[in-house]
Amino acid sequence: MSDHLHLWLIPLLPLAGAFINGLFGRRFSNRVVSAIALASTAASFGLAAWTAMQFAHMPASDIPYHRDYAPWIIAGGFQADFGVYLDQLSLVMILVVTGVGFLIHVYSVGYMAHEGGYYRFFSYLNLFMFFMLTLVLASSYLLMFVGWEGVGLASYLLIGFYFHKDSAANAGKKAFIVNRIGDFGFLIGMFLLIQKFGTLNYDYVFSHVANMPLEGHSAGFLTAVALLLMVGACGKSAQLPLYVWLPDAMEGPTPVSALIHAATMVTAGVYMVARSNAIFSRAPLALTVVAVVGLATAFFAATIGMAQNDIKRVLAYSTISQLGYMFLACGVAAYSAAIFHLMTHAFFKALLFLSAGSVIHALSGEQDMRHMGGLRKKIPWTFAVMTVGTFAIAGTPYLAGFYSKDDILWKAYSTPFYGHWSLWLVGVLTAGITAFYMFRLWFMTFFGESRVPEHVDEHGHDEHGHGGHVHESPWVMLAPLVILAALSIIGGYLGVPEILAKATPTIGGPDAIHHFLAPAVGSEPEEHALPPKAESAAALATAEHAQEAEHKMEMMLTGASVAAALIGFLLAWLLYWQRTDLPEKITSQIGGVYRLVRDKYRIDELYGHLFVKPLVENISTNLLWKQIDVGTIDTLVNDAAAGAQELSRRTRRMQSGNIRSYAGWVALGAAAVVAFMVWMGMQ
Amino acid sequence: MVPLSYYLVLSAVLFCLGVAGFLIKRNVITIFMSIELMLNAVNLTFVAFSAQLHKLSAQVFVFFVMVVAAAEAAVGLAIIIAIFRSRQTLNVDKVDLLKL
Amino acid sequence: MLHLVLFYIFAFLCVAGAVNLLAQRHPINSALSLIVVMGSLAVLYLLLGAEFVAAIQVIVYAGAVMVLFVFVIMLLNAGEEEHSNASRVAVYVGVPALIALAALVVYGLLHNTPTAGVQLAIGEFMGGVKPIANLLFRDFLLPFEVTSVLILIAIMGAVVLAQRGED
Repeated sequence: MSDHLHLWLIPLLPLAGAFINGLFGRRFSNRVVSAIALASTAASFGLAAWTAMQFAHMPASDIPYHRDYAPWIIAGGFQADFGVYLDQLSLVMILVVTGVGFLIHVYSVGYMAHEGGYYRFFSYLNLFMFFMLTLVLASSYLLMFVGWEGVGLASYLLIGFYFHKDSAANAGKKAFIVNRIGDFGFLIGMFLLIQKFGTLNYDYVFSHVANMPLEGHSAGFLTAVALLLMVGACGKSAQLPLYVWLPDAMEGPTPVSALIHAATMVTAGVYMVARSNAIFSRAPLALTVVAVVGLATAFFAATIGMAQNDIKRVLAYSTISQLGYMFLACGVAAYSAAIFHLMTHAFFKALLFLSAGSVIHALSGEQDMRHMGGLRKKIPWTFAVMTVGTFAIAGTPYLAGFYSKDDILWKAYSTPFYGHWSLWLVGVLTAGITAFYMFRLWFMTFFGESRVPEHVDEHGHDEHGHGGHVHESPWVMLAPLVILAALSIIGGYLGVPEILAKATPTIGGPDAIHHFLAPAVGSEPEEHALPPKAESAAALATAEHAQEAEHKMEMMLTGASVAAALIGFLLAWLLYWQRTDLPEKITSQIGGVYRLVRDKYRIDELYGHLFVKPLVENISTNLLWKQIDVGTIDTLVNDAAAGAQELSRRTRRMQSGNIRSYAGWVALGAAAVVAFMVWMGMQ
Repeated sequence: MVPLSYYLVLSAVLFCLGVAGFLIKRNVITIFMSIELMLNAVNLTFVAFSAQLHKLSAQVFVFFVMVVAAAEAAVGLAIIIAIFRSRQTLNVDKVDLLKL
Repeated sequence: MLHLVLFYIFAFLCVAGAVNLLAQRHPINSALSLIVVMGSLAVLYLLLGAEFVAAIQVIVYAGAVMVLFVFVIMLLNAGEEEHSNASRVAVYVGVPALIALAALVVYGLLHNTPTAGVQLAIGEFMGGVKPIANLLFRDFLLPFEVTSVLILIAIMGAVVLAQRGED
């Protein structure tokens, strides 16, 4: 099989960029560094686009496109290769990753222009691209795990980019360690797979899993594997209970938050679950867990987002919440809906983060929304794009978020779960809360009176070296924002449901993306086709009737979610523009509850008390250090030395120089020898 | 007839008295004399066996032992003189440093 | 019978002299006791028929070596022995070891030696000068020459060591 796609270039080009910038970037000027970084990413994107075009012409037998380039591990019966695996799912992923990644690279050229360590930033960013692309193009779980760990590493490096700050360094550590906990589950899952199948290649594993029976209500091997993989996904994609690292990760520069913690790295968990759909679909128990975890996370994070004052924190909790939606979709086996939402979310969340970065940049570093306000006239372009993003995430019709979120809610409702309506209800509630806190952010930042502190407005010089007043960002930062805004609008047209197909523009027809992804994720889009052989007109009429009822239900539910979003908007309008005194009164009324939510339910403190403190204090310090290292090992070594000294001190006394004592010893020796001879003589 | 073992036991007793002198006495010349006593005891053993086995070569051996003992006595006493000159003492307990 | 009596007398003298060597405090007394021991040993050699060895014992050992000892004692003006006991090992380890050694050797000798007596009459000398000379200058010629070299070296050593250093 010839390799006419040369997919290996797609991850390796950014790696080359990372390598060059990393080793030599110190001596290059900023222009050269950015040229190298942008060129490698752009080339990757170009190749991905070209691959997409080729894909359209490939015969179905050639999909999934699997090429192995070189053997990697050959150990006993186990073999792992460096190989690529391209199907519809990975195609969508590489387009999203390279496309959004490229836009964010462009943005970073402007945002990081005055920062120290410029070359280091772009080197890490390219390194991240390499690992992420490896993750999505891998042909086996093992190679995917390489990418998995690698993006964790890149995330650590980039979160702690401002390593002089303690908080940034700690946040990087926290991210890595919490990820690691998830990775532990992932590893055990992989070990189970190796034990059962002897390999981790997708081809082999999935084809064999397809032959295994459905594990109904009893948990079995596949359930165990699926749950363990889910643990890994929880760590990487910040779901309960391993989400705590994501809000802290906002210590990194804003482009990092946009790329890694919104658009791409955190979606790796969703991708992994979608890729493993063969396993999950045969383990309904695991799917239930996934759905419940996703939904709970979505709701939980949304409530916290309502009470945050840092603009990036709000967006961080929003990311956790939206990821919860994606897992909810996976949990009801609507994998293509999850990927669809992943794609639209990448667009508008990257847009939101980057525009937040633009706002921060305009205010010379101010991130607290209580010190913003009335900015829409001063930074109009940023205002415009952020508006698009906010409306998109809230689920406004005709914008991208509407189609993908409603897709998920409808699939959640129509799934044959017991209590499926509760899934839908909490989902709609969360959508309402999402709208509320996003519009709260919008109003607080851009509307009302300016609460910007004077030193920023008039004559502060910040670390970016600009003169103080609030100013719009340069075009190099705005251009990607405009492109992302456009994508946030039209991106949704790839997955327009049939009931709306007549009212909305579509790209590729109704449910285009679901049809496209169906072979890869094994889920069929809603078949609204009539049963093939209608026995009689009555049967036909019943079928049509049922279908119409279903359509009506879908319309109603869509209407309900739009209504929830509208309520959220109105509430935010009321509290944060019309009557801005109300929030104070409300929070003082419910003081304790408000403080609890604002302090993120004190989960970090709980973890600290339950896990970190015992681990660090009791085990690491007292036990391992004081007792084992100092007490046992050092003491052992020191005592050995002291013992040798003592022994030699005592033995030295034999060498006293006194002739008579020597004679005494000689006499003893002679007596011993004679005794021996006498004894021998007696034998 | 005197049993051979009597001579041998006498020789052993003399030898052990020589060792005792070496251990107990503090004057270096006396210690030296104890060494001579030991050598004499050994000579007695040789001669006794020579008489028992009717071999003369044992007595030749005694001859050689005496020669060596004489040479050793000469050199040893010269050394004792040298030590006495530097340490001004004949007490062997006081001569316990290697350097002169 | 006479043999036995003579043996007992001179053996007693040997042991008495040796004990006296240990008991005396002044080295000159110890030297004189040693001369007594050597003389008694010479008689014992005669009893064993070794006339040449007995003669040499008296001439060389008692007559030359002991004279040398006495000379050195007089030269160094050795006084009575001082009381110092710097070595506990010598007494507490050495003396028990010595007793053990004595016991073992005596035990070994008494149990393993043939009880046959020495079959020599008084006056039956086998170790005369001629037979010993035959052995010495024929079979043992090389050791003999070597010992002469040894003596030469000993003389040189003694001369060098006893020289006064240049001051």
